[in-house]
Order: sequence, then C-alpha cells, then structure tokens
Amino acid sequence: MKLKIRKGVPLIDQHDKNFMYGGKFGGNFIPETLKKPIEDLTNLFSKLRKDKKFLKERDYHFHTYIGAPTPFIKLENLTDYLGGAQLYAKVVSEANGGAHKIYNATVHCLLAKKAGKKYIVGDTGAGYAGKMLSMAAKKFGLKCKIFMGAKDIKRQRPNVLAMKKNGAKIIPVTTGSQTLVDAVSECMRYWVSNCDTTHMCVGSTVGPNIFIKICAYSTAQISRELIKQVNEEFGKIPDKLKLINCVGGGSSAAGFWNEFIDTHAELIGVEAGGPRNSKLHAAPLTNGSKVGILHGAAQYVIQNKEGQIGATESISAGLDYPGISPLHCFLKDTKRARYTSASDEEALKAFQLVSRFENISPSLEPSHAFAEAIKLAPKLKSSEVIIVNSCGDSLKDKDIIKQRLGSYIR
Amino acid sequence: MKSKISLAFDNCKKEKRPALITYVVAGDNNKNNSINILKKISKHADILELGFPHNTPIADGGQIQGSSHRALKKGIKLKDVFQIAENFKKFNAKKPLILMGYYNIIYQIGENAFLKNCRKSGVDGLIVVDLPYPENKNFSKKCKKKSISFIQLISPTTSHQRMKQILKDSHDMVYYISMLSTTGGRLKVSPSKILQNYRKISRINPKKNIVIGFGITDRTISALKSAQGLVCGSLLCKTITNCLKMGQNPVTKLDKVVYNLKNKIL
Repeated sequence: MKLKIRKGVPLIDQHDKNFMYGGKFGGNFIPETLKKPIEDLTNLFSKLRKDKKFLKERDYHFHTYIGAPTPFIKLENLTDYLGGAQLYAKVVSEANGGAHKIYNATVHCLLAKKAGKKYIVGDTGAGYAGKMLSMAAKKFGLKCKIFMGAKDIKRQRPNVLAMKKNGAKIIPVTTGSQTLVDAVSECMRYWVSNCDTTHMCVGSTVGPNIFIKICAYSTAQISRELIKQVNEEFGKIPDKLKLINCVGGGSSAAGFWNEFIDTHAELIGVEAGGPRNSKLHAAPLTNGSKVGILHGAAQYVIQNKEGQIGATESISAGLDYPGISPLHCFLKDTKRARYTSASDEEALKAFQLVSRFENISPSLEPSHAFAEAIKLAPKLKSSEVIIVNSCGDSLKDKDIIKQRLGSYIR
Repeated sequence: MKSKISLAFDNCKKEKRPALITYVVAGDNNKNNSINILKKISKHADILELGFPHNTPIADGGQIQGSSHRALKKGIKLKDVFQIAENFKKFNAKKPLILMGYYNIIYQIGENAFLKNCRKSGVDGLIVVDLPYPENKNFSKKCKKKSISFIQLISPTTSHQRMKQILKDSHDMVYYISMLSTTGGRLKVSPSKILQNYRKISRINPKKNIVIGFGITDRTISALKSAQGLVCGSLLCKTITNCLKMGQNPVTKLDKVVYNLKNKIL
C-alpha cells in the first residue's frame, strides 16, 4: 500500500479512526488504566483547539511569555565561508528558557489547568523538556515532578540546576540505560499510579496519540512564524528551499515543518548517528529499524529480533532515544521528508564552526542539523536556501563541549 | 467442552474459596529454576501466570522489572518461554497456564506465529498489558479460534459503559486491577472499597470469572477472599530477589510462600 499525505489536513490529524498514521504508525498501546485519562485529555484538547478564547490565551502566552516570533536570521559569515547555498537559521533557542520545549510545556500547563489538575509530571532527556515544564509549572501554579535518567542528570547539569531552582522535584531514573527512554517509561508508570490527580506531559512527539498531537500542535508555532518570515525575506517561498532539523523524538522538526507540509519545501531530518566507528546510534529511520511498539505507539524503533528495545548512544542527550515520532515514520514512508544522520564528531565540528562564524550557539541537538547543512551547502547554487532550526542553546552542553573540545566558547 | 481455566474456577467454587493465581517471570532466575518453580507452586496455585519478559514495561513496578531484567540477562528468549511452558505442561497438563506480557514481543514474531506456539506448548490463556479493548478485538478473536482465552483487563478508571462492552467480549476470565498503580504497589485502597468496585463488575455479568490483581500479598490476600480469584505476582518476584541476595534456593522458598498464600484464603 502506498502511503499518502492528504492535502489541507494538519499533519497531526492524518491518522485513521484507530489513531494510526498511514495505518501503521502511532495508536494507543496503553494499559487499561490509562484509557480513561487519555480519552478525557483527547476530548479536552479537541474541544479547546477549536475554542477561540483558548487560542487567544495560548497566543497571549506565546507572545508575552515565550516571546514570539523568535528571530529568523541569515548566517552571512557561514554562507560566505562555505560558498554555495544561502544559510539561514530560525533561532528558536531565543525562546524563553532557551529551546523549543517551552511551547509544549506551556500548552500542557494550560491544559492541566483546564482539566483542574494541580500536579504535572514530565520526562526529560537533555533536560530542556524538564526545565521548560518546571518553568511553566511555576508560572501557572502547578506542582511539578520531572523524571530524568541518572546518566542524563550527570551530563546535563545546568538544566538540572535550573529545574531545581524552579522548584521541581527531580526523580532520577536508575533502570535500564538511565537515559531518556527509561525516563519516559518511569514517567508513564508514575502516571498509571496517579492519573486521577496528575497531568502528564510527554516531552516530545512520542507516546500515545494525544501526546503526539498536543506536542506537534504546540511546536507548530515555529513554522507559523517562519512561513511569514520567509515570505517577508524572499517575497515567496524560495523555489529551492531546504528545511533541516535534528530529530530525536521529533518535536522540533514536526513544529518546524508543519506549515510547510503542503508546500514544495524539501524537509530533511537529521538523526543522531552516535560516535563514529560505534555500532550504537540513535537513528532508527536512517538505519532501517523495524516497526515496533514503544511507549504506547507503533514506530520505527531500535530493537532486537525478539522485540526488546535496543541500547542507543549519542553525545546529545536530547536525541538519545531508540524510537522516533510516528509522525516522522509517516513522513518518511510517504517520502515527504528524508532522514539522514550525523555522528557525534560531526555535530561537535558543526557546533565549533557555527559558533566561530556566527552569533548563535546551538546545542548539540541542532548541531546535528547544522552538520548536514554544512555538508550540503557547498554543493548547492547560491540561489538555493537552507534554513536550519537552531532549536536549543548550547549552555546546557558546556561540560560535554569543554571535555570534548578542550574549551567552551559561545 | 469447558476450558481448563473455567474448570479451575468451578473447582474453587465447589470448595467455596477464591482461585489462587500466581505470577512469575519466565526464566527468572534461570530456565531450570523457572520450570521447577512452576512445578512446585502448581501444587498450591489454581492458575499459573507466566510473564514473557520485556525490557521496557510501562505498567510494571520495580519487582517485576527486576525479575524481567534477570531473565533477559540470562538470555531468555521467547522460544525459552514456550519451552518452559511446554515442559511444565508435560508435568501437569490440567493446570491452566496463562502467558502475560507486552504486545511488541507478539508483534515481532507475528500474532499467528505467537498463537501457534501457544497452542503447541499448551498455553491456556493470554494477558497483553498494552493491548486494551477495543484495539484487542481482532487478536482476541484469533485467540478464541485457537481455544486460547484472551483475558481482558478492567481498572478503577474503566467506565460502566465500557465495562459492559469489555465483559461482553471477554472469554473465561477477566482481570480487575485493584487500584491506580503499577504492579507491586502498596495497596492504597481499602479491601472493602476494592470489593465494592469488584461487585459492581460482577453484577453486570455474574457468570464471568473475575479476578483481582495488583497489591495482593500475604498481608492483604485474606481480606479479599470473597473474590473469585486473586493474583499474586510482585511478592513472588521479590521473594526470588531476596533469595538470591541471601543465597537461598528460590524454588523451595517460593513453594513455602505460595503454600502460605493458599492457607490464607481457605
């Protein structure tokens, strides 16, 4: 069966009545206990997304709290240095808190308030989803718990400190690989036990269908801003335009591409290839992983023949996840987007190059996207345009960068 | 012809006691012990649940996660799980054996191949934690065709309307989750409240065999003995963990623990 994207239908609504995208990705593979809370949340969300008052409230917070629009800038020096395509960046890291995760966190807190919940829990890998949720929870008066892998707590210290400052309780997850995959599992387990009082925020476009929808709906703000900014800059959408974004769970890419799905723009996702010469990676789309069930959804996922979820490795905690959003599985199989990967070393090199030439300092996640842009740009004509989503700030990575490159210069 | 699961419930009704259902993870703490554990505890238990381990279980608490982890570390594969089942069934063909686990393991080998293996090894029923109703409709039909009971779950969050639908499409046994919790949680709801909810379900269809699980230990089991069946899992997994720590034999220890559980519901 050839999968097709229906025109004029938002990406998040391309699923069938079983909440499956293309009949094979997504769904709700959840314990019975979560059926009701997920149904309640689904009903609440579908009502509110059509509610003008709610949209006004959302936009108010997007503008006054998150800071919309985030800048769209030309990377003049890098363009000159590389030759070839014109390089631009959508500097989403300028959003309040320093990354795109603030959109999802803000919308979830608004939903939690509407649902009358006083507690909110979330998972985090790089720590940005957790930091933003703790910020938003503080703003909206919700008590917050964040589940984070013990390995990630060590390697993303600045964000851990920020979460604590915001009054969130951090629950270290010591099972399995002690990274994002275990944090999501543990957070879901917590929700199974506390779904009567607590709202759960899944930090990316993964998990049961409603969480994928809420997250991509929230990050779509990125492309709503960008499509305007592109039209202002070029007078139209350039004939040859590439939108490059890193993908771990896939939340920033889904938001960066959302408004461009029905246009001719080329969409390129960059997964975490892991250390050079390592067999471990976090790139299920690039490396042809099979479809499996992870965290309540069918998706391409790194696993063994038996269906045990596989170990991953990446320098970037935010991309270090064995699965990938069902939305991206769908975009891949419909051939609307293509996916590749960058190694740890390529990402570090890209970070170095971008921060040397430009006044932005992308975290290790978007550095994967920059690595692909740097690879492609010299091969393209100057009439072609590449836009990279610089979706996170490097400050959280200063320890890793210092260790790997000798020094951390923004 | 009545299934072995139904016969087990009939037998307990005659004896005016609930069915004792035990859960252990296949291959914990190794394949041989696992078979021996089943053989030993089957003397006291009425129905045996055998978990097929998964390394990303979203509804299990620490004890069952620990058991699964130990089994996987020993290299237990799905074929070993079926071999353990088959081996036990050779020892005691009448005792109902139910496999329990997560859908991805079934999905990878394929539903039909999985059920074929179940038939071959004598498995009587299946619990799939993350394949809820109505998503499980097709698969549960397939199970029925192969004379394998698909065991539906009902939780405190399940609405009355939904309960009715689930019961209508259920087979020989229905599993009521006592409280909002992962497996192995402390019983945070009073037994009388649990039984009150339980009776609401059994009133919808008094003929169904409904069992209660989650939070059942040697301390809580007797307070719930008016139910038709009680599942005890995490306590057994924890017992294995403790035996390994203390250098004790988990097979003989589990024999005692399950014997003790049985005595509390007589």
